[in-house]
Formats: sequence, structure tokens, C-alpha cells
Amino acid sequence: MAADTQKPRQLKYVWDFQDQVFRGIMRSAGSSVLIIMALVGLFLTLRATEALGTVGFGFFTTQAWEPDSGNFGIAAVIAGTVIIALIAIFVAVPFSLGTALYISEYAPRRIKRMLITMVDLMAAIPSVVFGLWGFFFLQNEVTPVAKWLSQNFSWIPFLSVQGSDPSDPLTPNTVFTSSSLIAGIVVGLMITPIVTSVMREVFSQAPIGEREAALGLGSTRWGMVRNVVLSFGKGGIIGATMLGLGRALGETIAVYMIISPVFVVQPRILENGANSVSSLIALRYGEATQMGMSALMAAGLALFIMTLIVNFAASSIVARSRSGASS
Amino acid sequence: MTSPNMAEEQKRQLHGIRIRDLLTTVTAAASAIASTGFLFSIAPLNGPLTFVLIAYVLFIVFFALITAIDDDREGVKDRVASVVIRSAAVVIFSALVFIVVFTISRGFEALPYLNFFTEDMSLAGPLDPLSSGGILHSIMGSLIQIAIALAITIPLGLITAVFLNEIPGKYSRFVRTMVEAMTALPSIVAGLFIYATAILLLGVQKSGFAAALAISVMMLPIMIRASDVVLRIVPGTLKEASLGLGAGAWRTAWMVTLPTARSGLTTAIILATARGIGETSPVLLTSGFTASMNLDPTNGPMVSLPLAIFQFVKSPEPTMIARGFGTAAVLMFLVLILFMLARILGSDKNVFGNLVKNIKKLTKKKVA
Repeated sequence: MAADTQKPRQLKYVWDFQDQVFRGIMRSAGSSVLIIMALVGLFLTLRATEALGTVGFGFFTTQAWEPDSGNFGIAAVIAGTVIIALIAIFVAVPFSLGTALYISEYAPRRIKRMLITMVDLMAAIPSVVFGLWGFFFLQNEVTPVAKWLSQNFSWIPFLSVQGSDPSDPLTPNTVFTSSSLIAGIVVGLMITPIVTSVMREVFSQAPIGEREAALGLGSTRWGMVRNVVLSFGKGGIIGATMLGLGRALGETIAVYMIISPVFVVQPRILENGANSVSSLIALRYGEATQMGMSALMAAGLALFIMTLIVNFAASSIVARSRSGASS
Repeated sequence: MTSPNMAEEQKRQLHGIRIRDLLTTVTAAASAIASTGFLFSIAPLNGPLTFVLIAYVLFIVFFALITAIDDDREGVKDRVASVVIRSAAVVIFSALVFIVVFTISRGFEALPYLNFFTEDMSLAGPLDPLSSGGILHSIMGSLIQIAIALAITIPLGLITAVFLNEIPGKYSRFVRTMVEAMTALPSIVAGLFIYATAILLLGVQKSGFAAALAISVMMLPIMIRASDVVLRIVPGTLKEASLGLGAGAWRTAWMVTLPTARSGLTTAIILATARGIGETSPVLLTSGFTASMNLDPTNGPMVSLPLAIFQFVKSPEPTMIARGFGTAAVLMFLVLILFMLARILGSDKNVFGNLVKNIKKLTKKKVA
């Protein structure tokens, strides 16, 4: 036989001119995203060098914002951002977990699609509308609860309120308004849709065989959910939480509308006064001198890097988990 | 196989609502509300939210106790978990509905005035009644800005999404990761970026165009991700058929992939528009603020709907706050309309197909 002469043919694909142009356009469009992200980092850094050069490492430890006298740093606003984001996560995760489980496990099939659409719609509500709602409605509702908490649990450091006497029921309500708690609750509601939709996606991928096995062995629905769906979706839950955290860190307008800004680290979440990097930028950009603008750019750069780190950590957790491997 | 007592056996109800669950829930809820009312009368508690929170905790306790009368441990856990999960969903969906209804109902103070839609704020001060001044300038501003942003993001976003699907490999995987990172870009940072490049470096003044650029930075990743998901489900066999018949990559994408995904892509575009039109913080830094009409995006400040809301409610005057809510209601209506449009165009069976099907069904029944 002539088997040894039958070598595989060399296949070479030649793109014609039209396709070469098309592939070139596609590649450059794809690169545009990379270019934009690189430019964001580059320009913020360039603009921030002046401010960073002035205060040096003190930028990370100073609790003040007076750029024109050279006394400024992001210690207070970063702490405020993290506090608000953590409250938001604390509010959003239990509700998102419940809603995601409801949609994927409990909801009747015919309303499932409608519920998914409603979650998407909630993600599209502008943040300024959330801010209006938080400021004109939620604030009045949360104040009595905050008052009650501070009066009964003031021995927990972060629930105490300066200027409020636990034994005096007539404490003015104004010390409980514009607090990190209210801003955190509003931001929590804003990140709930994204967290819910990531979790729901993961839960709906839980293997049908394992679900049926659990139910067939006599498990209750909750037993099945806990042992199959939740353990399958563990990575997805953590990833979704961190994605939500990334969003919460960057939220601007709703926070700006609710808080009254302070420039010290303010860990008492029920008390009037809070701050965040993004609302600092929104607050001070208008009156900023060149130095002030540079300082704001430095703050923006810090926020940008923080959200990038949180986000990459989140996506790598999701990708490594059993549930994320397929997506 | 035929057993004598087969007929006597009743069919078990596997889904739907059991009457016992309904009674348990109602009883637990009633006793929780009654006990909370009692607590409020003896303890120094006030506020509707406090009432709801305490009542809810009591409700769960009572519900568990009632279920425990005739169920084992696992059964109680199952019932309680189901109630907690359902109530989380109820809270979230009612919060959503409530935010929409709250905004629109507070907006009704300003909406009946026709001048609200036909005038700008150049001649109306904060103390003027609602019968003068309006938001036409911000409606036009929003439309112009979103049109420019769409002109940038539709081609760029769609081509990038096609790239992610047609040229798979290490590079496109990296681009996909960066797109995901870009969706989380804080909106104020997008504003700062355009401020640093377009305004400070290139000398573009604060204008509608600069604002549109900032909105584009926010919309681009949303559009890419949404269209990427749509393009990924275009059947590979269709593309292979096209390539097998001798079409090139360009013709396959243009004549097969994109038309197949048309309805899904429309949805992706509309969803990104709905997000873009509500962005405040990138616009805040880049568009400037004006109370009068400006239709030229390249020259002078141009205000958009979310920015107008933001400026209105900064004022302590009740009429300005009413205008703010009126503007918010208009914005919500816009977003809702865009959303419904997206769902109608993006549903698996589009409206016309559905209509034809229904008509066929009806005529069939009549014939039979």
C-alpha cells in the first residue's frame, strides 16, 4: 500500500482582502475597550501627580480636604466609602439571596420571566431617582429605628451617637439624618439587582441530576436548596457579593444627595455625617483650583484602582468556582 | 394491576397552595400584628418601620411554633426557609414598585402644567409658581446627548461583540475580562476621565458633546456585554453553513450572524440606552449647567434630565422640589417605555408572530 505517501495535505487559509479589512476593524474595535481603560488609568495618574507630589504618602493618612493649603488626604473619605459599601452589602446580600432563590426555586414558572424582567428594570432605575426616594421618603422612616437602636445598643461602639443621650427620649431627630446607614441602605437597594441576577444565573445552573437525587432521597425543598443549590453556587454567591461591593464603592449621586459631608473618619453609622470618594468629587469639582482638581483626580484614581481590584477578585472567584466554570 | 381500592385512593396535591399553609400564615401574621401592637402600647417605640420589623420577627417565631405542632424538625426548617425566602422577594419587588410609584405620584404636582413640557427655566426663578417654566431644555438635552452617545457606542459596541464571538482566542478572552471590569467603572471616574482628556487636554468646552462622550464610556461596556450574550446563542450550524457555501467572515457576520440576532441586539441597544439616559455623575462634571435651551452640542453648557433633577432638588423651595419630582417622573416614564420596547422586540415570539398564531388558533376553534 501507498500509505506512507499519503501524508496529510497542508491546509492554508488565505483571507481575501474584504475579510482582512473586516478582521482588522474587529480587532481594533476590540482594542478600543483596552485603550479606553488604559487611558483612564494613564490620565488620572498624570493629573494626580501634582497633588501626590505635594503631599506624598500623607495622601493616604490625612483626614482633611484643603488642597489649596496643601493639607489633604483620602483617609476619611476612603473609610467613609468602605463603611457605606459594607452597609450596602449587609443590606443587599440577604435580600438578593432570598430573591434569587425565590426566582430560581420557588416562583411559579409562569411568573418567572416577568420577575427576571423586573430585576433588570430595577437595575435601570437612574441613581438620581433612588437618591430622591432615599432623601424624601426613606430618611423619615429610618430615623425612628436609628433612634431606637442608638438608645438601646449604644454600648456597641459603631451604634452610638454623639449628641444623643440614651436616657433622653426627646433627642432631636436631626442627629440621626444624613447618616452612613441611610446612604448604605439606598446603595444596598441599588446594587440588589446586579447581585440578584448573578446569583440567580448561578443557581439556575445547579445540576438537575443532583437536585432530583436529593428530592428522591426524601429531602425537603429547603434541604435540597441548601445541600445542592447553595453548595453548588457558593463561589457564585461570593463573586456576586464582591461584584456588588465594587458597584457600591463607586456610587455617587444617591450618596451625595443623602449624606452631609464630614472629613474625619466617622465610624458611628447612625449619626449625621458621612462621606465617600465619589461624592467628594461631585461636591468639590466645581470650586476646584488647579491643585484642587489634581487632588480630586488622585482621589478618583484611588477609587478606580480599588474597584478594579475588587472586580478582578470577584471575577476570578466566580470563574474558579464549580458553578462559574461553564459560564 | 387493577387493585380494588384504586378508585378510593385520592390524588395527592403536589403543588399550588395548601389550605393549611394559608391558615398558618394568616394566623401567624394576625398574632404577630396583635402582639406588636401590644408591645407598642407598653414600650416607648414608634415609627412604622419599627412596627414592621418587630412584627416580622414575631411572625417568623409564631409561624415556626404553629408549624412545629404537627411537623418534624426538617419540616419546620423547610416551611420557615420558604417563608423567609418568599418575604425577601416580596420586599425587593415591592420596594421596586414603590420607588417607581412614589416618584411618579410626587411628580404629578408638576405634570398637569402644559408649560412644564414646552418652556425652559430661563425666565422662571425658584420662587415662581409651577405655571411658569419647564423642562423642555433638559428633555432636548437628554435626547441630543443620548443620540450622540448611541452614534458612538452602537457601531463600536456591536463590532466589539462580533469580535468577541468571531475571533476567539487569548486576546478576545482578555478583552472580555476588561469589558467586565469596565462595567464596574465608577460613573464619576468616567466623568473625571472625559474632563481630564477632552476638556483639559483637547480644549473642548463643557458641552453636550463632552457629556455624550462621558455617557458613551458608561454605555459601551453594557452594550458589549448584552450583545455578546445574544451573539453567543446564534447557532454555530448557521455560521458553518454560510462558511461552507463559500462566504467569507465578513459576509457571514453581515448576512447571517447579525440578522439572526437582530431582535436580541435591538434589546441590548435599548437596555444600554435606558442606562445611559439616567446617568447623572458623568454628566455633572462634563456638561456644565444652564437654565435655558441649548440645541448645539458643541457650544455652551447643555443640561440633561437627570442633571436637571439633581439641580432642582438642591433648592429648598417646594416648587423647585415639585419640578424635580416632575422631571424624575418624566425620566422614569422614558426608562419604562424603553424597557417595554426592549421586551416586546426581544421576546422569543415577536408581536406579529404571536398575533398570527392567535388568529390561527381562533379560526381553528371556530372550524372545529
